[in-house]
Amino acid sequence: MNVHEYQAKQIFAKYGVPTPKGIMAESVDAAVEAAKELGGPIWVVKAQIHAGGRGLGGGVKLAKSLEEVRELSDEILGMTLVTHQTTAEGKLVQKLYIEDGADIKDEFYLSVVLDRKLEMPLIMASTEGGMNIEDVAENTPEKIITVPVDPATGFQGFHGRELAFGLGISDKNEQKNIISFAQKLFKLYMENDAEMIEINPLVRTGSGEFLALDGKMGFDNSALGRQPEIAAMRDLSEEDADEVEAAKYGLSYVALDGEIGCMVNGAGLAMGTMDTINHMGGTPANFLDVGGSANAETVAKGFEIILKNPNVKAIFVNIFGGIVRCDRIANGIIEATKLTDVNVPVIVRLDGTNAPEASEILKNANIANLIVGDDLGDGAAKAVAAAKGN
Amino acid sequence: MSILINKDTKVIVQGFTGKEGTFHAEQCLAYGTKIVGGVTPNKGGQEHLGQPVFNTVKDAVKTTGATVSMIFVPPAFVGDAVMEAAEAGIELAVIITEGAPVKDMQMAKAHATKHGMKTLGPNCPGIITAEECKIGIMPGMIFKKGKVGLISKSGTLTYEGTNQVCNEGYGISTAVGIGGDPIIGLSYLQLLPMFEADPETECIVMIGEIGGDLEIQAAAYIKEHITKPVVAFIAGQTAPKGKTMGHAGAIVSGSAGTAAEKMAALEAAGATVVVSPAEIGKAVTKALGK
Repeated sequence: MNVHEYQAKQIFAKYGVPTPKGIMAESVDAAVEAAKELGGPIWVVKAQIHAGGRGLGGGVKLAKSLEEVRELSDEILGMTLVTHQTTAEGKLVQKLYIEDGADIKDEFYLSVVLDRKLEMPLIMASTEGGMNIEDVAENTPEKIITVPVDPATGFQGFHGRELAFGLGISDKNEQKNIISFAQKLFKLYMENDAEMIEINPLVRTGSGEFLALDGKMGFDNSALGRQPEIAAMRDLSEEDADEVEAAKYGLSYVALDGEIGCMVNGAGLAMGTMDTINHMGGTPANFLDVGGSANAETVAKGFEIILKNPNVKAIFVNIFGGIVRCDRIANGIIEATKLTDVNVPVIVRLDGTNAPEASEILKNANIANLIVGDDLGDGAAKAVAAAKGN
Repeated sequence: MSILINKDTKVIVQGFTGKEGTFHAEQCLAYGTKIVGGVTPNKGGQEHLGQPVFNTVKDAVKTTGATVSMIFVPPAFVGDAVMEAAEAGIELAVIITEGAPVKDMQMAKAHATKHGMKTLGPNCPGIITAEECKIGIMPGMIFKKGKVGLISKSGTLTYEGTNQVCNEGYGISTAVGIGGDPIIGLSYLQLLPMFEADPETECIVMIGEIGGDLEIQAAAYIKEHITKPVVAFIAGQTAPKGKTMGHAGAIVSGSAGTAAEKMAALEAAGATVVVSPAEIGKAVTKALGK
């Protein structure tokens, strides 16, 4: 789960991680009021969406007067922002963050992520602030410093020193500031079950302070149960409506741009089914994992979500019945086709426990549009042919 | 022979009396697995499925001599359960539970390693030595005994691969589901040498997916050390970037962790890489030279 910049900065503030002062606003008037309260003389008007690259897309602008705050807020609020991290359709800006302008001497990059290889958090930093870090990693990898921190030891002095010296910070007061900054950031990373924190840019001010000018945070979905304050920050309008709806029923759904709807049990087999369709010359319309215990209700919901997509020309149901017997799933599918108006060919492949009985049930059900696939390859081939109108 | 577990392996269940624990322990017992007891706090002294229940893993190990624990406790308690098993002298913890917080797994795995305990999972189907011992939630009846070792991040692809191998007339020595979370226990790198050393295994099927670089590490190891034929499939060739595909760890971040780079590495290491899971069975037949 991701949060907005203003929410990340609320968490930063709670832990004493320095940020410029700012106020979130949902209307132009509120933005101007916020600017008055902050005092000026310079403000930054920032679009709040869950995507990076907002500045380049025209969603972050500097205002030098209250009139300008009003003009820029009016311009940015309600705009559809397209960045390299959004889809081509972009994202509607519904919230603004009005922030004090900062006295920027230079810019750095700082993040905390999980290093899957080391199996511990990793602090990454660079003197190349304000740049796309993937480009820095590609072109000048020597400019990225990495400091892994073992949760068992916590953040120690040497972690801080590696960071400060690595960034070429020689002033003792500035060293103290950056070390304290990183230490607090690591603490909040651990205590909030964060998955990643990215501050780009982290700025050094004229007086040698370090400020988080931006803040991006993602959290471990599996830990939200014990992080109620974080869970409450979820903004559903930033997420895909179909994915959210699917998740309510325990389904894992991701929309794609092809023609064959897929309904599969298990994430690996679901991806493998998409790959097989692609390999046979078809295009998958979605990823959909109905989970380990597919039943009539989940299958019906799956049909409903898949059929919302007007591009779908055929549906391939690929279930490997393990503990759940295939004959039960077959009955579930028949029931589901009655619950939803399925108007495209449905290819069903059931394998595993009691598969022959399941095939018989499906063949005897006499449902128009229902085609039985014998195995994964056969089912995928039939789905590709059906989508092409054969 | 087989790897890690066989007909003599003594197993306890943590979360024994819960709904999932009960159902699957029953299935494992029916398969022939030597489940010698289980742990549920405050139910010590009772009997469940004909086996003794203990309050702590230490009590269970002391009384039963179990070396493996199958863990079904709710996600928030997985870290605790793994650490308890490690300190009680369990040798292998098989963690079935889905949705354990990543931070807990970092701590628990480091602790397990310190105590010399291997872990498998979390969020995995478990491990099975065909016709001897099943520790997990897989449908036992599809696993015919044979000479193919299987390692997979995905549960249903384990079943799919196994089914094809058996339909080709071969069978499985041991099949291991390693799970698709960001932090997992035993993986390709630890399991490949076990299969290489196992005289019963003649061919290895390796099923991976997008995200992380475990398959890349495996490819390097295969190139240097594995003499047995390896058949590999990587799920998610058609997955979009930046989207989590069901498994918490199945995500292409930036340009890292793609199926294409993993497939290329495995191919360069001499593995037979299939583009669809539908081709696993045929590839195994070809690899075994029949």
